[in-house]
Amino acid sequence: MKLVEANNIRKEYGDSIVLERVNFSMDSGEFCTLVGPSGCGKTTFLRMLLGVETQTKGQLLFEGKEYPKEPSDERGIVFQRYSTLSHLNVINNVIIGLEFEKSKFFGKLFGKTKKEAYKKGLEILKAVGLEDAKDKYPHELSGGMKQRLSIAQSLVKEPKLLLLDEPFGALDPGISQDMHELLLDIHSKLNFGVVMVTHDISEAFKLGTRVLVFDKIKVDTEYPNRYGSTIINDIDSSKERKSEK
Amino acid sequence: MKRLINQVPSKTTNLFLGLLPFLLIVIVYVTASNTRLEQNPNDKLLPSFSKCVETMDKMIFEKSKRSGEYILLNDTLASLKRLAMGVAISAVFALTVGIAIGVIPYVTSTMSPLIWFISLIPTMAILPILFIVFGLGEVSKVVLIILGIAPIMTREIYQRVKEIPSEQIIKVQTLGASTWQIITRVITPQILPRLLDAIRITLGTAWIFLISAEAIAATEGLGYRIFLVRRYLAMDVILPYVLWITLLAFLIDFILRQFNQRLFPWFGKE
Repeated sequence: MKLVEANNIRKEYGDSIVLERVNFSMDSGEFCTLVGPSGCGKTTFLRMLLGVETQTKGQLLFEGKEYPKEPSDERGIVFQRYSTLSHLNVINNVIIGLEFEKSKFFGKLFGKTKKEAYKKGLEILKAVGLEDAKDKYPHELSGGMKQRLSIAQSLVKEPKLLLLDEPFGALDPGISQDMHELLLDIHSKLNFGVVMVTHDISEAFKLGTRVLVFDKIKVDTEYPNRYGSTIINDIDSSKERKSEK
Repeated sequence: MKRLINQVPSKTTNLFLGLLPFLLIVIVYVTASNTRLEQNPNDKLLPSFSKCVETMDKMIFEKSKRSGEYILLNDTLASLKRLAMGVAISAVFALTVGIAIGVIPYVTSTMSPLIWFISLIPTMAILPILFIVFGLGEVSKVVLIILGIAPIMTREIYQRVKEIPSEQIIKVQTLGASTWQIITRVITPQILPRLLDAIRITLGTAWIFLISAEAIAATEGLGYRIFLVRRYLAMDVILPYVLWITLLAFLIDFILRQFNQRLFPWFGKE
């Protein structure tokens, strides 16, 4: 069974067509990077996978079933910005995912269960290299550390699919390098699917096991929204990825 | 010579310049007061400072012969109680309704036009209705404050809820949060410091409604006193009372601001 399957997806906003004839499927353990010119609909496609957009036509499946119509803890997301909770410190930002699950009414754990959550949270913070910053608030963190925190928040839920929307687009090049290593490390240890939107081609090939190129096949110069984008290239980049390592 | 917009006063100059207008007002007042008192020692319009102090001394430290109470203390407590009740009830209303409108689309559709409509009603125009419905007692004064500020506060909270990035709300859904958990653990804690700010903004309006209500029907209170002694042209009471109300307003604002900085150190920082 495929983790995600898309058959002939079409997406329209009013009378402009963003995506058409998108066919795609992926398994757990794959790392797909989406590239293409800006406005080509790759972020729209990611938002469909997240569950905040629905296709106009076509069939989208998650684990063989109809795609969920709203975000859930099966699919994690890291945005470019604003993914962390500014009123909670780092460790509380991480364990809140556990608290939501185990304390339906208060959304907060106390005593022994809280200690367990803390322990798990600390392990994940260690994995993303944030254990020393566990008592800091997000506004005291650098951009790269905020993204590490956002990744940690999602990891605690052990998602089947992790979605990344240009997560390193606002970071300095040196910091991005560190983040790439972190992602590759996490992905090699956990068997989940990753879909990442990026505008950096070398990043796409370095991280992805598959690089999917979005663009328009036909262009109407008079009326640019007449045709939508589709996946024009699906490149197996797992070899480059290994040699890069 | 630098441009005017680039010329910044030093710290001492800054302090001096800030105090200068106050000093000028005092000088103008004292001169005018002295001139009038020379012509007519019984003039009531611009009483001397010593006269004000003398009168206030009685109102602060001597029990009233009629009621046996300290007048200023009694007035202040009566007014602050009404203000506190009005503001507290409005804040609770604004917090619950503002967040509900901001988060749940069905509540937005139902409540938003109503709140907008109520906030447009000139509140003073319905004061007679309040007096008819609630009588001349405490309730109508508190309700006037609530009707005057709760809609503004609610709209303010609604706006602040809307400002929370949608990315954050989506993110917590992917962490498994239910609507209730989003409201209690994500929205409300981030809105509380903004609620304190909303209270600070609306306090000025709350004072207006308080003093208006007291002026029309009350037996004690700061506004009541000012409008009572107006009949005797007792400027030696009115002026110190106005200063006292201003000081109270400043202190409340100061305390709320301190609260915000102490309780929510993360607030206002990105």
